Amino acid sequence: MDYFAQQLINGVVLGSIYGLIAIGYTMVYGIVGMINFAHGDIFMIGGFIAMITFLILISLGLSAVPLILLVMLLVSMAVTAVYGWVVERLAYRPLRQSFRLAPLLSAIGMSFVLFNFSQVSQGAQAKPIPPLITGGYTLHDSGNFAVQLSNVQIVVVVTTIVLLAIFSFIVSRTRFGRDMRACEQDQTMAALLGVNVDRTISMTFVIGAALAAVAGMMYLLYYGLVDFFMGFVAGIKAFTAAVLGGIGSLPGAMLGGLAIGLIETFWSAYFSIEYKDVAAFSILIVVLIFRPTGLLGRPEVEKV
Amino acid sequence: MKSLKLIGLTLFASLALSATTFAQDITVAVAGPMTGSESAFGRQLQNGAEQFVADANDAGGVLNKKLKLFIGDDACEPKQARSIAERIASRGIPFVAGHFCSSSSIPASEAYADGNVLQITPASTNPLFTERKLWNVLRVCGRDDQQGVAAAEYIVENFKGKNIAILNDKTTYGKGLADETKKALNKAGFQEKMFESYNKGDKDFNSIVSRLKRDSIDLVFVGGYYQEAGLILRQMRDQGLKTILMAGDAMNDKKFASITGPLAEGTLFTFGPDPRKKPTAKAIVEKFKAKGVDPEGYTLYTYAAMQVWAQGAAKAGTTDPMKVMKVIKAGAWDTILGKLEFDAKGDIKQMGYVIYKWDDKGNYAEIDPAI
Repeated sequence: MDYFAQQLINGVVLGSIYGLIAIGYTMVYGIVGMINFAHGDIFMIGGFIAMITFLILISLGLSAVPLILLVMLLVSMAVTAVYGWVVERLAYRPLRQSFRLAPLLSAIGMSFVLFNFSQVSQGAQAKPIPPLITGGYTLHDSGNFAVQLSNVQIVVVVTTIVLLAIFSFIVSRTRFGRDMRACEQDQTMAALLGVNVDRTISMTFVIGAALAAVAGMMYLLYYGLVDFFMGFVAGIKAFTAAVLGGIGSLPGAMLGGLAIGLIETFWSAYFSIEYKDVAAFSILIVVLIFRPTGLLGRPEVEKV
Repeated sequence: MKSLKLIGLTLFASLALSATTFAQDITVAVAGPMTGSESAFGRQLQNGAEQFVADANDAGGVLNKKLKLFIGDDACEPKQARSIAERIASRGIPFVAGHFCSSSSIPASEAYADGNVLQITPASTNPLFTERKLWNVLRVCGRDDQQGVAAAEYIVENFKGKNIAILNDKTTYGKGLADETKKALNKAGFQEKMFESYNKGDKDFNSIVSRLKRDSIDLVFVGGYYQEAGLILRQMRDQGLKTILMAGDAMNDKKFASITGPLAEGTLFTFGPDPRKKPTAKAIVEKFKAKGVDPEGYTLYTYAAMQVWAQGAAKAGTTDPMKVMKVIKAGAWDTILGKLEFDAKGDIKQMGYVIYKWDDKGNYAEIDPAI
């Protein structure tokens, strides 16, 4: 039981990070109907910016950890959001009226540009930082197995929940959220009714990038390092999570992220670790056979 | 448009010119993971090679010709290693010191054999490298079947009756080392409690760590590279485990401690006796230190690999790889690692492994066997 609880904690934390990235995929898909393959690399850029901010703050002699974390979070969200905006402006907007595959290809190209850029500018080695949030709690100790919940894990999960709440509020209650949902349904009609479609799409990318930056920073805090290649694997997993949850659905992305995190963790907990990715993707295939639109996805109604 | 073409032509011509000037020199190559997660080791190889080329040229070169260095990057990827090997062979380069990762050295060696290039690896320890009876391979480091035995001996002696887990990263090097260690342990009547593998490049080991915790593992042996080992160590300590981590020679770079910080304390690994402490290496170590480079890990091995080739070529009076190889295998060579001799397969005859331990300040040192 204790072992199960410990693995549950491991899985939920991993799933939260996947979920945060998956939201970016799902949002962009919902509004422009394309897979933003550069999103994993935006996540990586977010991690790097958090790391650079950390190094700058340390060299300035700052030592209050909560302040450092707050500044890291704000700076990486802001700068990464700019990246998201630029990517949309350069690589996707000019191709919006083009055939369906064009933006997809340009997204893959953008992904290469971003990760090569960070490889060249930041070097190919993993960049570690010392643990910032240390300590934790022993939830239950049965003598030979102690269930540990570290403070970093609490921070990751709480941040995810808070951001998700803020974000759901924006989408369902604010004017901008209404614009977003309108563009999702019908861009031409939304434009006719006075919604600034270009701006709304730009903002979607900005928000997606900011969330990816948070995920990048959580990743940096949790694992203690970033490298230029981390966006690829994490991006694939998060994309899978988005598809599993039902691409286009926000709660679905979070649910999919958690599902992938938990499957991976529990598979390596009770079966051969070697096959954990096989397990995660097999379950994806099974789910898609029975629910082609994912766990929470709605079947797309063909407009006539 | 026309002027553009002209500029292009001029550039092309200048390249062709410089190529002919260089033909007077001998180009040798060093190949390894200059980028990617193993790039710290690529740096070691490059440092060693550059220092040797500078020193050799100061002393008048080889066969009265200056040496030039070609640096090949395989990013520790078998495919890229093969293509860089083909490039080196097609340039007519007679000798390469490399690669680092066994999974690169082995496929590359086949391209070198076909392309008439002599290859000395300073660092690839997988037995298969020299076991395929290729004419062109030598290594100046040990083999994993020696390294695994050394690790197993230490474990049997110091962890009698304790629980051991063995992990590996499925790479040629990591899996090979883990298998050899397991084999040697089992032969000594020692049964590990867990034998699992993970993916090189993984970041999340929490699930494995919880498993180690459930099985009350006292020592985990990792057949893998330092980045994953560092993350496993960090996540073990996060979950409150005091399990000792032990690994192989891919831990001998200070980068490991930059991932773990003071947590590195007590971590063990196997490697040859510290080459920096050999009396034959003293002068070279000073040179490195003067440049601000710590010649750790495989830096001096790379230097020695190049020394062997240079002496062999000088004695053979040619750079023809086949003739040089014959001369090298027949003789004994004075290098900064001491006297080196090779057997028919291309392994060195003198190699011992010792155990190193990390401290909390980010340094590692040989464990005094007397204690």
